Amino acid sequence: MNSTQDIARLGALKEGQTARVKDILQEGTMRRRLQDIGIIEGTRIKCLQKSFWGDPVAYLIRGAVIALREEDSDQILVETVGLHRSAEGLKS
Amino acid sequence: MGLTAHSTGMGALDQGLQIARRAPGDRVIALAGNPNVGKSTVFNELTGLNQHTGNWPGKTVATAQGTHTYRGSDYILVDLPGTYSLLAHSAEEEVARDFICFGGADGVAVVCDATCLERNLNLVLQTIEITPNVVVCVNLMDEARKKQIDIDLEQLSRNLGVPVVGAAARSGEGLRELMEALSSVTHEGRPTPPDPIRYTAPIEAAIASLQPLLEEKLAGRLSPRWVALKLLDQDDSLTASLRTHLGFDPLADPAVAAALEGARARLAAEGITPEGLRDRVAAAIVLAAEGACADSVTLRRAESRDRDRKIDAVLTNKWTGIPIMLALLAAVFWITITGANYPSQWLSNALFWVQDRLTDLFVYLHAPDWLHGALVLGVYRVLAWVVSVMLPPMAIFFPLFTLLEDFGYLPRVAFNLDHQFKKACACGKQALTMCMGFGCNAAGIVGCRIIDSPRERLIAIITNNFVPCNGRFPTLISIITMFFVGAAGGALSTGLSAAILLGVIVLGVVMTFWISRLLSHTILKGVPSSFTLELPPYRRPQIGKVLVRSVFDRTLFVLGRAVAVAAPAGLLIWLMANIQVGDASVLLHCAHFLDPFAHLLGMDGVILMAFILGFPANEIVVPIIIMAYMATGSLTDMTNLFALKELLVQNGWTWLTAVCTMLFCLMHWPCSTTCLTIGKETKSLKWTAISFAVPTLVGMLVCFTVATAARLLGLA
Repeated sequence: MNSTQDIARLGALKEGQTARVKDILQEGTMRRRLQDIGIIEGTRIKCLQKSFWGDPVAYLIRGAVIALREEDSDQILVETVGLHRSAEGLKS
Repeated sequence: MGLTAHSTGMGALDQGLQIARRAPGDRVIALAGNPNVGKSTVFNELTGLNQHTGNWPGKTVATAQGTHTYRGSDYILVDLPGTYSLLAHSAEEEVARDFICFGGADGVAVVCDATCLERNLNLVLQTIEITPNVVVCVNLMDEARKKQIDIDLEQLSRNLGVPVVGAAARSGEGLRELMEALSSVTHEGRPTPPDPIRYTAPIEAAIASLQPLLEEKLAGRLSPRWVALKLLDQDDSLTASLRTHLGFDPLADPAVAAALEGARARLAAEGITPEGLRDRVAAAIVLAAEGACADSVTLRRAESRDRDRKIDAVLTNKWTGIPIMLALLAAVFWITITGANYPSQWLSNALFWVQDRLTDLFVYLHAPDWLHGALVLGVYRVLAWVVSVMLPPMAIFFPLFTLLEDFGYLPRVAFNLDHQFKKACACGKQALTMCMGFGCNAAGIVGCRIIDSPRERLIAIITNNFVPCNGRFPTLISIITMFFVGAAGGALSTGLSAAILLGVIVLGVVMTFWISRLLSHTILKGVPSSFTLELPPYRRPQIGKVLVRSVFDRTLFVLGRAVAVAAPAGLLIWLMANIQVGDASVLLHCAHFLDPFAHLLGMDGVILMAFILGFPANEIVVPIIIMAYMATGSLTDMTNLFALKELLVQNGWTWLTAVCTMLFCLMHWPCSTTCLTIGKETKSLKWTAISFAVPTLVGMLVCFTVATAARLLGLA
C-alpha cells in the first residue's frame, strides 16, 4: 500500500484519484450541507469526472455521485490515498 | 411520470399543510425521504394521485396529500419535500421537520434508496430521534438487486430499532407490507426504541442535564432528548416553531434557560464550541448510519456500479457531453415534428368535416346566421384549430421528454451547463427549472424552489420564460414548417425543421445566460453561492406507463384548457370581426391600431393582437391569427399547412414576419397562469412585474433590431 500521504485540496484531485477527507474549511450552511451528504473527517471521496469547462467536478461520496464547484471543493482538505484505486466504492 | 395535469398550470400551486381528517380514526402518515428516492412514486401508488415524478432531486417542492384505505382504516398520506436532513438548513427541511414535529402525523414512513442506503439513513436516524413511530421503506430494491447489492432488512431493522420493509414502488412491490407496518405502528404505538444515535460523553451529559426539565414542559408532545439537543445547538428556527406550534418558549422559561446556560458552559469547558458541537453531532449521525449499514448491506461486486459510470463517461464527458445533449434534443424535436404531421392532418380533416356537418345542422334547423357564425365559425373553429395544430406535437414531445427525465438525464444537463450559470452568477440547478419550463413555465417557476439562494431563485424565475413551454412549441414548429422547409415532409425537411427549432431553443438558452448575467450585475447583484448537485443513478424509464399517462393526462389537460380559453377567444374574435364600427369591423380597428407598433417589431397588428389575446394560453396564438385573417379575407377551406401558408402570405407575411413572430413567441410576457404563479412564489408585485417586463422588453428589442436590420439591408 502507498504510504505517502499529502494534504491537498479536493479540487486538486485528478479524475480517478481517491482521497480521505481531513478537514472542511467551509463554514455555516454549506458546511452542514456537506456533512448531510456524509462528508466528515475520514470520508473517502473519489474524483470521477470533470465537466466540459473543467468545473464542476463529479465525486463519488458514500455511493452517491455529487457534483461540486471548484470554489467549494477547494474548501475541503483531503489526504490523498494515491494508489488505492480499486478499493473504493466497496463500502457504501 | 413527468409533469402531469396535476403538477402543471394552476395545479402547480401549493396545497399547504392543512390536513383534513375526515374521521377521528383517520391516521396521518408523513412520507419523508431524501430527494429522488421514489417518495412520490410510493405516494402515487398508494393514493392513486398523479404527483409529478422523475429521476432528479427536488421535484416535490410542495407538499401534497392523498388518502389510502387499508384494512378499513383511512390513512392520509402527506408527501413531504425531499430532504437530506431535518436540521432545517433550507425552507424544505424546515417544512419537513415542522410537519413531522407539529403536523399531527401519527407515523412517518421514511423512504430510502436501496442503492445508496447509508446516505439515506442520515435522515432515518434523525427522524427516529424525533418520533419512535417510524417505518423505514427501502425503495428501489429492484435497482439494488440489479446492482448486486444485498440488503438484510431484518438486521437493519434490529440495528435501527424500527420496522424496515423493502419495496419497489414502481411495480407496487412491498407497498402492502409498508401499510401493514404503518398500521401496526400507528394503531398500537411503539415502545420507544433505544436512542439511535449516541453522542460523545460531554454531549450526552449536557443532554441529560436538560432532558428531565424538558420532559415535564413538553408533556409527551415531542422527544425531550431531541429538543435538548436542538437547544444546545442553538437552533433558532426550532425555538420559533416551538413557540408557534406549542406555545412553549424554552428560552423564556427561567429554569430551562438556566439549565441551558449551565450545559453550554460545561461544554465550553470541555472545549466544545457551538460550531464544534454541530460538527460532532453531524459526525455522530454519519457514523451511526455507517454502523447501521456495516452488517446489513453488502455489495457483491464492486464493479456493479460501473454501468452508470460508463454512461456518465459519455453523457457528461468533456468532449461528447454537450454535442450529445444537442443531438438528443434535436432527435426529440425531429420525432415530434415527423410524428405530428399525420395525426395533425387526420385531426383537421375530421374536425373540419364535423364543422361542415354542424353547418348542415344549423341550416336544417333554420338557425339565424349570427348564431351559426358565433358558435360554429367562432367557437368551434378555433377549438378545432387548437386541437389539430397544437395537440399532436404536444402529445409527442411531452412523453419523449419525460422518458429522458425518468432515465435521469436532466441532472446531467445541469452538470454540463453549470459552468455557464456560474459565470452568470446563478445556480446550476437553474438548468433543471428550465427543463421543467419546457413542459410548463408555471411548473418551472414552482420548481425554482430547489434553488436555495433567494437571489439566484429570482434570477431563475425571471428568466424561466425564455424556455418555450409545451404550449409554444407547436407555434414554432408550424411556422418553421411553413416558411423554412416547406410542408413537403420527408426525412430531410423534418430534419431541417428540427435543426431550426434547436437553433431557436439554443437562442433561448443563450438569452437565459445573458439575462441572468445582466440581472446579477444590476438589480440582483451578488456572487454565486455554494451548491451540491446530485447525479442520481440512471433508471430504466417505465416506457409504457409514461406513454399512457402523459398522453392521456396531457390530452385531457390541453382539451380542457382549449375549451376554457380558446372557446371564449373564438367567440370574441368572431364578434370583433362581425361587429362593424364606422366602415370597418372592430377587429380591423384593433389590428390597425396595433399595426404601426407591430410593424416596427417586424410583425403586423393581427399577430400582436393574437399574442395579447393568447395571454391566458399560448396555444391559441396561431389559431387566433388564422381566425382573424379568415374573418377579414376570403374564406377558404384550410385543412393543411400549404393552404395556411397561402393565407398568411396573402396577408403580407414574409420570411421576416415569420422570424419575428418566432422570436416574439420565444420572448414575450409569461402566460397568465405563469404570472399568477410568479406572484404567489415571490409574494411580490414588483418581482412579478419585472418577470413580466424583462422577457417582453428583450423580445421587443430583439424583434425591432432584426426587423430594422433586415429592412435597412434591403433583405425584406
